[in-house]
Amino acid sequence: MVAEVGQFALILAFLLALIQAAAPLVGAHRIDPVLMALGRQASLLQALFVIAAFAALAWCYVACDFSVQLVAEHANTAQPLAYRFAATWGSHEGSMLLWVLILAIYGGAVAQFGGNLRETLQARVLGVQGLVGAAFLGFLIFTSNPFLRLDPAPPEGVELNPLLQDPGLVSHPPLLYLGYVGFSVAFAFAVAALLEGRVDAAWARWVRPWVLAAWIPLTCGITLGSLWAYYELGWGGWWFWDPVENASLMPWLLGTALLHSALVLERRGALPSWTILLAILTFSLSLIGTFLVRSGILTSVHAFAVDPERGVWILGIIGVFTGAALILYAWRAPALKTGTLFQPLSRESGITLNNLFLTTLAAVVFLGTFMPVFIELAHGDKISVGPPYYAWTFAPLAIPLLGLVVFGPMLTWKRDSWPALRARLRAPALAAAAVGLAVLVFGGWRHAVAVAAIALAAWLLAGAAAIPGRRWWAGRASLGRSIRTTPPGVIGLSLAHAGLGLLLLGIAGVTAWQQDTVLTMQPGQTTTFAGRTVTLTSLELVDGPNYQAREAKFAVHGWAGDYALVGQRRAYATSQTTEAAVHVTPLGNLYVSVGDPQDGGIVVRMWSHPLIMWIWTGGFLMAAGGLVSLSDRRLRLGAPVRTPQLQPVPAAAE
Amino acid sequence: MRRPVIVAALLALAGPALAVTPDEQLRDPKLEARAKAVSRELRCVVCQNQSIDDSEAPLAHDLRVILRERIAAGDTDDQAKAFLVKRYGSFVLLKPPFEPATWALWLGPFAVLAVGGLGVAGYWRAHAKGPEALGPEDEAELASLMAGADGGE
Amino acid sequence: MKRLLFITPVALLLVVLVGFGLGLRRDPSVLPSMLIGKPLPTFVLPSVRAGDGGLSSQALGGRPALLNVFASTCGPCLIEHPLLMRLKDEGVMVAGIDWKEPAAQGAAWLAQHGDPYVLAGNDPDGRAGIDLGVSGTPETFVLDRHGTVRFRVVGAITPEVWSQTVEPLLARLERES
Repeated sequence: MVAEVGQFALILAFLLALIQAAAPLVGAHRIDPVLMALGRQASLLQALFVIAAFAALAWCYVACDFSVQLVAEHANTAQPLAYRFAATWGSHEGSMLLWVLILAIYGGAVAQFGGNLRETLQARVLGVQGLVGAAFLGFLIFTSNPFLRLDPAPPEGVELNPLLQDPGLVSHPPLLYLGYVGFSVAFAFAVAALLEGRVDAAWARWVRPWVLAAWIPLTCGITLGSLWAYYELGWGGWWFWDPVENASLMPWLLGTALLHSALVLERRGALPSWTILLAILTFSLSLIGTFLVRSGILTSVHAFAVDPERGVWILGIIGVFTGAALILYAWRAPALKTGTLFQPLSRESGITLNNLFLTTLAAVVFLGTFMPVFIELAHGDKISVGPPYYAWTFAPLAIPLLGLVVFGPMLTWKRDSWPALRARLRAPALAAAAVGLAVLVFGGWRHAVAVAAIALAAWLLAGAAAIPGRRWWAGRASLGRSIRTTPPGVIGLSLAHAGLGLLLLGIAGVTAWQQDTVLTMQPGQTTTFAGRTVTLTSLELVDGPNYQAREAKFAVHGWAGDYALVGQRRAYATSQTTEAAVHVTPLGNLYVSVGDPQDGGIVVRMWSHPLIMWIWTGGFLMAAGGLVSLSDRRLRLGAPVRTPQLQPVPAAAE
Repeated sequence: MRRPVIVAALLALAGPALAVTPDEQLRDPKLEARAKAVSRELRCVVCQNQSIDDSEAPLAHDLRVILRERIAAGDTDDQAKAFLVKRYGSFVLLKPPFEPATWALWLGPFAVLAVGGLGVAGYWRAHAKGPEALGPEDEAELASLMAGADGGE
Repeated sequence: MKRLLFITPVALLLVVLVGFGLGLRRDPSVLPSMLIGKPLPTFVLPSVRAGDGGLSSQALGGRPALLNVFASTCGPCLIEHPLLMRLKDEGVMVAGIDWKEPAAQGAAWLAQHGDPYVLAGNDPDGRAGIDLGVSGTPETFVLDRHGTVRFRVVGAITPEVWSQTVEPLLARLERES
């Protein structure tokens, strides 16, 4: 019964999406307030019905209603409640429903909280959202119905893959989808602006909070995914350049470029066509990511049950939406005014270069992911692209970008001077040099690249701290008061750039100084590894709720003291997993993985991962910076009616 | 028709990368280090995106053993890799070869950077000129205005 | 000129979409065999079944043949098994390699299900398989009368694959000199 209600809600939502698509677009064209209001109502109602449909599916999972085919395939009664709920999005159909849910909620949010937008713009944004929603709801209803029934219903369902039964599962996909789908709002804004023929600072001010609102969860989702892979998969890797990981990185890179480009557009009216193009492409990459996971075009760790037929549908959606948007862009963008000019040495230029590098990096990831398909089509040759490719392309291109990150906030708008800039950069440069020297002395010449990377990380951190730091230094207020009076946008920017520095620090540490070893250990045996003494104290069989495990306990004598580690090798009904034993410290992790029994003992593999925790700390700090920025009231006050203003004299960096 | 590669892959994926078991390792640590480095560049063809160093699949085990045999027998890294490429194709290399078919892959990023860089440079050059010098008529008019301003009041 | 710049994104999209559309038709998990058009690599394998001479690459010349890689633990092998039995009755030369298991296991499986192989060899450590580029079972190589590999089937030979590809190819190879 509940499933049928959900099905019905979905169909109603589809119809409402069609109304939401048609009414406001016509209404904006004819400046008809009734139609535009209808669009807002339809959007809110659509959100309500999609929520109802999602709730229905979730209820079926939680209640273990095995007459629903999806539930029978992904849940059973032994599965803990949280994972029964999370299994709602653990399948293609369910995750598509989550996609549509978030799309509808964002649309409803624009309808509800977009009161400060120009009415025709808001209407057009809702119209485009409605079109996208209708397309995906149609896809869902006609090809991927989550509410299909099984007759007769089996008494018990298939358990969700135990690898996925983890707190990370509960949060990783929703966060990612909040990001992917969130960029649909920026896309809608871009298309709406092209339809209106107006892209200006006011538009940028309206769109920026929505871009941030998508960027933040995407950053969190990617970071969380990497962290989850690290502790769950059992071999200490944290990024594999897997096609689906790449599918999340590409929109992130372009979304970051979009964020900065919109800032320039808002402050200076410059880069309008760049910003629009980025908004269109970011969401298009989200769509391509969706295509990648569900179509079977590439094999991936993450792929759902692949179905080329569904892939064709999604390809069609991409073709229609991205194609129409880009055609509109080709038609309307050349007429956009380019705003005030800027000199090579200016913040606008810095951000332009930033965009250039981020776009190139996104191109690297795109080529690495999809070129094998094209090469196979053209030559019949099957090649594969793995981490070594990215080491030679992504890394060398990322380094200049990271160096430039410090320049950006230090530059003034429109026109800056080298001497003044040099003065501002003196402190971060000194910090970087000092840290680099220190690491060189302690680390040795062999790791020159790592030393350079850590110096670069210090450059980033010092540069980020310098922004509020200089305000405090220049003023007479106390540090606390200075922080309180600094706009949240500035603090957010400092946190985000600092997060980037920490990310680089972690990557440098673990890439340069990682060690590992593998050996067979008997209970009671002791071995030394990476400055620690590890003893296998016990080895026994234990039982879990739905698995049997071989549990190994270790006693470790480390640099700072002694501690115990417990690792497991679990056998579930359908597969095996490893629960790695990880000891976390700011300076590095000890990662111990337990394998199969051998010669009366057990195979043990150990890794030392120096500085690795800073990778995810940095990632989350970036997201935190975004959150702080989002809280800035300047972002949320709508742009008032434009009055002619004199251009202010370029002041010191805000 | 797909073989139950999926099951094998899941098993391989789900297990830890205790891939290189102690009994596989070569005695000579330098050779073992080389073997490890090379096996990190080789793809496990029955897995979903793992190197043979990381994978627990039986085929990965076989390939690791063969690789170590070749290296212990005196093959260079390239020769050892070529041995496997001859049997399984370029697909087994995680670093794609640099050949005409892959030029777009390797050079593409730098081409994008170059094109974009030229665009930015072009913009700078077009807009970096300072204020234009005044023509003679404007100079005269300016002079008279200035004289008028001094003389007046 | 400016127009051209703005049209580039759409043009690129078109290329990408066409590529993806065509790309959907391939199976990304199947590797093409490196041996197509090349002679069979040399191998000499001991026997699977008690008393026979095993299998050597040299023995596979003179007439078109199928070289089938199987294992007793392989489920899909049972799916194609009836086809192989039928081929044996029809006089097609079918050779088998018992892959990565002791000969006794392979022999027991053949005794249980039926033996379609004229010649069969045991590859306990999988080395011959690796030389052939085998990554799992079942795999079947189609050889011409000179011992050159002309085609490889990955997975069980389904009725479609048989009727659309292998059967016509074998017929053609019989007619070839």
